[in-house]
Amino acid sequence: MTTPIIRVKDVHKSYGKGPNRFDALKGVTFDINEGESVAIIGKSGSGKSTLMHVLALLDAPTSGTVELEGIDTSTLKGKKLNRARNKTFGFVFQQFFLTANISVLENVMLPMKIAGVRRSERKARAHAALEQLEMDDKASNKAVNLSGGQKQRSVIARALVNNPRIIFADEPTGNLDTATGGNVEDILFALNRDKGITLIVVTHDDELAARCDRRIYIRDGLLVNDTTEVAA
Amino acid sequence: MNVLDLIGTAASNTFRSKTRTVLTILAIFVGAFTLTITNGLGTGINRYIDDTVTAIGAEDVMTVSVSQDANAGFADSSGPAEYDPDAIASDGFNRPGSTVVALTPDDLEALASIDGVLDVEATKSISPDWIQAGDGPQYLTSVGGLVDGQTVQLAAGAAPSADSDAFELNVPISYVESLGFADADAAVGQTLTIAITDAERTQHLVDATIVGVAEESIAATGAGGLVVNDALTDELYTTQNIGISLDEQERYAQASIRFDAAATDADVTALKERLTDAGYTGTTVADQLGTFKTIIDAIVLVLNAFAIIALLAASFGIVNTLFMSVQERTREIGLMKAMGMGGGKIFGLFSLEAVIIGFLGSAIGVGIGMLVGTGISSVLAGALLADLPGLTLIAFDPLSVTVIILVVMAIAFLAGTLPAARAAKADPVESLRYE
Ligand SMILES: Nc1ncnc2c1ncn2[C@@H]1O[C@H](COP(=O)(O)OP(=O)(O)O)[C@@H](O)[C@H]1O
Ligand SMILES: [Mg+2]
Repeated sequence: MTTPIIRVKDVHKSYGKGPNRFDALKGVTFDINEGESVAIIGKSGSGKSTLMHVLALLDAPTSGTVELEGIDTSTLKGKKLNRARNKTFGFVFQQFFLTANISVLENVMLPMKIAGVRRSERKARAHAALEQLEMDDKASNKAVNLSGGQKQRSVIARALVNNPRIIFADEPTGNLDTATGGNVEDILFALNRDKGITLIVVTHDDELAARCDRRIYIRDGLLVNDTTEVAA
Repeated sequence: MNVLDLIGTAASNTFRSKTRTVLTILAIFVGAFTLTITNGLGTGINRYIDDTVTAIGAEDVMTVSVSQDANAGFADSSGPAEYDPDAIASDGFNRPGSTVVALTPDDLEALASIDGVLDVEATKSISPDWIQAGDGPQYLTSVGGLVDGQTVQLAAGAAPSADSDAFELNVPISYVESLGFADADAAVGQTLTIAITDAERTQHLVDATIVGVAEESIAATGAGGLVVNDALTDELYTTQNIGISLDEQERYAQASIRFDAAATDADVTALKERLTDAGYTGTTVADQLGTFKTIIDAIVLVLNAFAIIALLAASFGIVNTLFMSVQERTREIGLMKAMGMGGGKIFGLFSLEAVIIGFLGSAIGVGIGMLVGTGISSVLAGALLADLPGLTLIAFDPLSVTVIILVVMAIAFLAGTLPAARAAKADPVESLRYE
């Protein structure tokens, strides 16, 4: 059996101290295999985003371990951690998080700029990614002037431009109308299917969740249902 | 992110909020501008003093006289000073009636043997009765010579030739009209008659050629009188001393000694100490003008302090601007961190932005400061300061201008560290949280 790309073992995450202490995750355990598409589903405040942040190495768990390709991520520090973030993950957010007053191209190039890729190569790859999302004609537009769907496609271009292993999408269609949202979903699943990029989607949209290989339900910081395990 | 990208990104971030950035740059500009002008003032005046020092005495020349008991002539606990047969009355170069102890040939020899003294030359003091050009009126004047390395700031003609046997001299420009010449150029080549009385009360007339006209300055060569060459000095001195025994003639109030031109301040101080030990007092031209320079430096320092205060006030503007921009860009910072940008790079990004603001403010301030300073100088040179030719009131040297820009950039960097540190510490999870 191959090593899962992410292995979560008894992860707890608490905020605050003493009487103000709040346990957002109360012992979560699961594996995600390379190439899977996984939906993390739960009500608002159930701990979905917290879980995603822990998986994406943006936050360390209070206790328990997160392994990335068999490596305990608590051993990753400084440069190594930054490299792992830069090379492994791509992010798609509900709120897009595009820098408003710079061009779409500059936005898409940002992860490569951080990685230290040469400018000429940066440009070529960013254009290629935008082309793939049929956004290349908007490359020199300012991000602020795009429609919601165009913004999210730019964000996806930015997420995949560094050839990530995993794309995290936190409510990727939350700010889009149904048609546009469906289009964005198609793009994400196509990337998952054609490029084998592992897709981890945080959502409370049941239709989106239904399109994933697997659904992890979470309530009050606890994993309540995992479709794979149920099926198994 | 590599360094060039970091700088490029910082530069484009600087102008994302144009109004705010421009206002901050303006505040820095005011400080840098003031600093440039005040510094230029110091540079200009001190440069003028330095030029004057070169004019009145080569920098490797020291005037030496015999050290005297400071209490000479005053009764104090040690009693009256003993009579010194070598003391001569000298109203030529000292208070009337006061005496200085003369330097004898023995002293000159003693001076020459002091370590560090390259050359000794007695100063021959000459007191002419009057001077006259053609049939014009007669005027009182004083006479001085040039020591090796001394220069004259000339309005016309040339300096008197040291090697020539002909009697040559320079007159100050203020004499030109009185002597009856149309202008400085007209005076060059004309003959000047010098009357001098010897010890036997006989008046002699010596004719010399005016080879040049000297500019007036705060400390002109020859104390603002005639500047004569060696041949003429010897002629006048010999004439003046007719009737005095040779023994009496060789008495000088002062002598000039030359030392190594490469001597450091410490070397000069050491030489002065050796002179003091041997019973002499040595004074360099720099000593004579040193006090003046110290005062100028002190004034410039005070003015600079004001400019620095202005800069400090402006640096709070930088702190404010950057805090606002860190605040506005929280999401972006969080995203960059999520994408693997290290805290150090984030710090670099924001502190570079501060440095860029500092650089722009100071470069513009220094640039305009230099333009305005040069303008003011040339306007004043033709009006208020016309009597001090050669004085550029506000001057600039590349080094101090560079230092100003670097200092402002350093201040800006320090101001930027606070907001930059906050940005570097920002938690990506906090920054990216919504709902
Ligand atoms: N920094 C924090 N300090 C205190 N409580 C927090 C913090 N972040 C999240 N929480 C709490 O943790 C719980 C889970 O939050 P989150 O993971 O954002 O939920 P979801 O994304 O499922 O809506 C919520 O009750 C939230 O209030
Ligand atoms: Mg959430």
